[in-house]
Amino acid sequence: MHKSFLFVFALALSITSAFSQDIWMTRSGTISFEAGTGIEDVDGVNTEVASLLNIKTGDIAFNVPVKSFHFKRSLMEEHFNENYMETTKFPKASFQGRITDLSKVNFTKDGTYTVTVEGDLTLHGVTKKVSAPGTVKIGGGKINASSAFSVIMSDYNITIPGVVADKMSKDARIKVSCNYEKKTS
Amino acid sequence: MNPTIRLIALAMVCLVPMAIKAQDKPNLLDMLEKEDAKKPKTDYATATFKTTRLINAHSIEQLKGGVMDVKISHRFGTLNSGAYELFGLDNASIRIGADYGITDWLMVGLGRSSYEKQYDGFLKVKLLRQSTGTRSMPITLSGFAGMYYNTLHWADTSRINYYTSRINYVFQLMIARKFSEGFSLQISPTLTHYNIVPKTTDPNDLLSVGIGARQKLTKRVSLNVEYYYQIPGYKLEGSVNAFSAGFDIETGGHVFQLIFTNSTGIAENQYITKTNGQWQKGDVHFGFNIARVFTLRKPKHKVVSLP
Repeated sequence: MHKSFLFVFALALSITSAFSQDIWMTRSGTISFEAGTGIEDVDGVNTEVASLLNIKTGDIAFNVPVKSFHFKRSLMEEHFNENYMETTKFPKASFQGRITDLSKVNFTKDGTYTVTVEGDLTLHGVTKKVSAPGTVKIGGGKINASSAFSVIMSDYNITIPGVVADKMSKDARIKVSCNYEKKTS
Repeated sequence: MNPTIRLIALAMVCLVPMAIKAQDKPNLLDMLEKEDAKKPKTDYATATFKTTRLINAHSIEQLKGGVMDVKISHRFGTLNSGAYELFGLDNASIRIGADYGITDWLMVGLGRSSYEKQYDGFLKVKLLRQSTGTRSMPITLSGFAGMYYNTLHWADTSRINYYTSRINYVFQLMIARKFSEGFSLQISPTLTHYNIVPKTTDPNDLLSVGIGARQKLTKRVSLNVEYYYQIPGYKLEGSVNAFSAGFDIETGGHVFQLIFTNSTGIAENQYITKTNGQWQKGDVHFGFNIARVFTLRKPKHKVVSLP
């Protein structure tokens, strides 16, 4: 009787721990974007991106503190927060989705795999379905996931005033790169 | 043990982890939010005011380190000067100046006003920052010190004139709070010191309290008002309290301020203690400030290149 109890207990533990082992995490992922034209550089970089990746299911999520985007010009940074992203109202941008073709990736073998990511992108309080090509690199016990895609700013109710229309493009080119480590807790 | 009980116990032990798994599984984003909530965080109030000046007066805003701000402030004559002077447009009082942010909390500036042919220099320091979170602070506190040197011809050349007679000083504490996204308020207790005052009965140390407010009308336009109350007994004879109202209009790298004020002078000592126009009589100047910022030193952030 005692033996069977112990066995079941061990089994139960192994299920939960296996689950948490599937989850990889980063708190210092990078997202950069570029929305300028030839006239002026409009680009920001954020190195405080938090992300979780479930390597069993392909589920992936990003949480981005918008205030952590930094710019070469501090006034541009202020305008980004005040006028475009309205950071006080919408402090976070997020993505929740899935690697749809996870079977392409062999997490036990070093290599570079091209995948597709689909999910909901929330930006400036607006949520839209997006799909983007991504790259998963396995090497040295680490996982790097990166992607490049662009969003049309008006889709997310981000308006560009007429006076800067020649300095800003209508879309933002976004690049994401995260080095994941196995989630410990 | 009763086999039925054993079976139920077994089933429960099996189900608990499954239940946990079912709960955990779908939402990685919720997990991220929870992770995020664990981190200690301080959120500082930004953009309490649009620029370093509310209208005439300094706001608690600082230039960021490495940024230079060239300011041209222009006040026309008074509106009640009649059609002959085109309601003041034929006259002008101008201050041309440049400010520079040494760090995010320390800025300096130089300027020259046409009114009283005066040169000025100032230093502004941010002492406390309004914040919420781990470090909570209800207000932003800044200190200001300005020195002013007028270069008018001596009024009386028959007496011995000292260059120190041309100098006066303004010291200010600025206490501000951003109450909401749109509304900010500032109170500025001020001490002005004149080495020489116009009349023997005038005190050399003048006391006043400035109050200023900003209300955002749209994302890029705000309405500002400011008022300087001079404490009776600590003011120059004949001076009135300065009241100004205006709009901030932001266009990319510029901020354009359109204002109405009863002060002719633009430097601190002038509008605080030497305003003589009266609103009710129409001694009101229309004016504008134009500011253009230049990033002389780029902020140091981690350089990241992505694939």
